[in-house]
Amino acid sequence: MDINEIIKPENKVYGKTPILKDNILHYCPGCSHGVVHKIIAEVIEEMGIQDKTIGISPVGCSVFAYNYLDIDWQQAAHGRAPALATATKRLMPDKYVFTYQGDGDLASIGTAEVMHACNRGENIVIIFINNAIYGMTGGQMAPTTLLGQVTATTPYGRKAELNGYPLKITELIAQLEGTCYVTRQSVQNPAAVRKTKKAIRKAFENSMMKKGTSFVEVVSTCNSGWKVPPVQANKWMEENMFPFYPLGDMKDR
Amino acid sequence: MATQGAIVVDKERCKGCGVCVVNCPTEAIALSHEVNGKGYNFLSLVNPEKCIGCANCATVCPDSVITVYRVKI
Repeated sequence: MDINEIIKPENKVYGKTPILKDNILHYCPGCSHGVVHKIIAEVIEEMGIQDKTIGISPVGCSVFAYNYLDIDWQQAAHGRAPALATATKRLMPDKYVFTYQGDGDLASIGTAEVMHACNRGENIVIIFINNAIYGMTGGQMAPTTLLGQVTATTPYGRKAELNGYPLKITELIAQLEGTCYVTRQSVQNPAAVRKTKKAIRKAFENSMMKKGTSFVEVVSTCNSGWKVPPVQANKWMEENMFPFYPLGDMKDR
Repeated sequence: MATQGAIVVDKERCKGCGVCVVNCPTEAIALSHEVNGKGYNFLSLVNPEKCIGCANCATVCPDSVITVYRVKI
């Protein structure tokens, strides 16, 4: 069959959702942020909540998330997205409020905010992008950096005696009574993307059922920070990140 | 049931990361030797007859540049 006979509007099975704006993403080629943005946009479109969703963007590469998703946004000080989300949700309980944070933002400077927001059981969604490095500032060591991983500030690899141990923030969050759904997902292949989408949809639905905080960690790549091409970055993530950060639901109630 | 697919790539937005190429089950797509306005080797459908329209490439695309069409044959 000729390709022009197939390319007709009635045969379209997948395309860019209108929630995503036409701006070209500033992320590096192959960055997981783009996939997660797309998933969130698709979930918002499927649930029909475009005018009821408020996102809180962090400091980091994803600070410009408000340029890409056509919803209401606020931009928080470094690490303070859960605090801002708390205020937003309490003032407007009929809105879906989510934060979108990287590991430098959530697991480092914002640890206190995220812990206490989860412990209070705020009815928000926290989406945590864990790429084990500070991407925006040039690939420095983050709290989540693996032992032995080479970064700009650990050129001989992270050493436990000098730099401490990598922080499993999602496991810590899962112990808190305020959380209702804590999961760790990834986006390196189509199956993983679909699972993550399901998890994010569930988290959004939980936030309206007043069950507590939903926390979705997405183990991601930072090919520029890791200094590897995108496809090898996905492979490196599967081989090195997944044994330390195992995927799956930690809590679901 | 056999399906025949086709994709349309927004080649000016494509950054040529190649994540889609390794996720294509039928080797229908590859990065082109030409470059777009930003100097990236954009994605192209090199073997249109092999495309089954599974949408794997579009699902993993970080920049949402791929639109997928599918017909039953």
